[in-house]
Amino acid sequence: MMHIDRGLGAGRRAAALAIAVALVAAPTALAQSSAAEGIAKYREALQDGNPAELWEARGEGLWKEPRGPAKASLEQCDLGLGAGVVKGAYAQLPKYFADADRVMDLETRLVWCMVKLQGTSDADARKNPFGNGTDRKSNIEALVAYITSESRGVKMNVSLAHPKEAQMYKVGDKIFYFRGGPHDFGCVTCHGADNQRIRLQDLPNLTKVEGAQKAYTTWPAYRVSQGELRTFQWRLNDCFRQQRFPELEFGSDASIALTMFLAKNANGAAFDAPAIKR
Amino acid sequence: MADPMKIRASLVGDTTEVKVLMSHEMETGQRKDAQGVVIPAWFIQTVTVTHGGKTVLAAQWGPAVSKNPFVSFKFKGGAKGDKVTIAWADNRGDKRTDEATIA
Repeated sequence: MMHIDRGLGAGRRAAALAIAVALVAAPTALAQSSAAEGIAKYREALQDGNPAELWEARGEGLWKEPRGPAKASLEQCDLGLGAGVVKGAYAQLPKYFADADRVMDLETRLVWCMVKLQGTSDADARKNPFGNGTDRKSNIEALVAYITSESRGVKMNVSLAHPKEAQMYKVGDKIFYFRGGPHDFGCVTCHGADNQRIRLQDLPNLTKVEGAQKAYTTWPAYRVSQGELRTFQWRLNDCFRQQRFPELEFGSDASIALTMFLAKNANGAAFDAPAIKR
Repeated sequence: MADPMKIRASLVGDTTEVKVLMSHEMETGQRKDAQGVVIPAWFIQTVTVTHGGKTVLAAQWGPAVSKNPFVSFKFKGGAKGDKVTIAWADNRGDKRTDEATIA
């Protein structure tokens, strides 16, 4: 018995088309639930051979390999639980780091460690946050895949004990509800009500605990349609693009604030990524 | 050299279940890049799985198989601790061989 997984096969596309046709004819609620079911089944079928594992393996190699001008590995990088502790670290990020005097998410912290431990310039460390297929693989995405995989099953536990953490959360809250840009859009436009969707994709209601938990704990994810593993920074960046907002700078305070807002709202849920998404 | 494969091989009753994840672009040769230039085809052509010197699976693949392919199959005759060897070769002459122990 042999089973070959195909990304978006012709059959799959035909099925999507059939659903799209059904949408016109059937009551919206019915079509919506069957589409969501179909997508859920699709994810389940792919779960077994999630290509995110390839990124996890590459990331683990990068974490341990001496690199940069200082020829040092990242194994001494403190992700918040002490130098070199990876297990469970992601479930309590973003957090305040006294050595940097700043609240950092995982990606920002990785850049910081590359600069401090490996002697890489700040510009070099942050120049390739999102990969582009064959010609440009992102080390950040691979490292994030590895580190987040070490938090699988760990309950989200983000703290707001430090004043700067509380402030970050407040800023994130503001940005989430802020509307602007050419379409008078905000995160809340799509993610502030139940049963919203883009085309056939259900959108989580991030103002509710269950919505925030389900969304935050399933990123990063392997995007089948892109053939790439995508991080939470990428998710936010692309949401900003879709809102026609100015580009969200990688590792900026705005990106960390939004991450903080959503991560904190997901507290209590077991982290379950790298996942797989259409 | 391509990235290593992820292989899981486990004994269920008297059959060995093997799951393999390969890292490969699997470019069809039908797509164009941003400049409109055709991206040349680049895909795995042959997959061979051996166990104890015997071929248990041989496959010829084409460009229809997706990026980062996943193969799952079963065969009889494996025992715990045995080695399963998986090899692929693509149309550029690149090859990769990885091994796993049946658990």
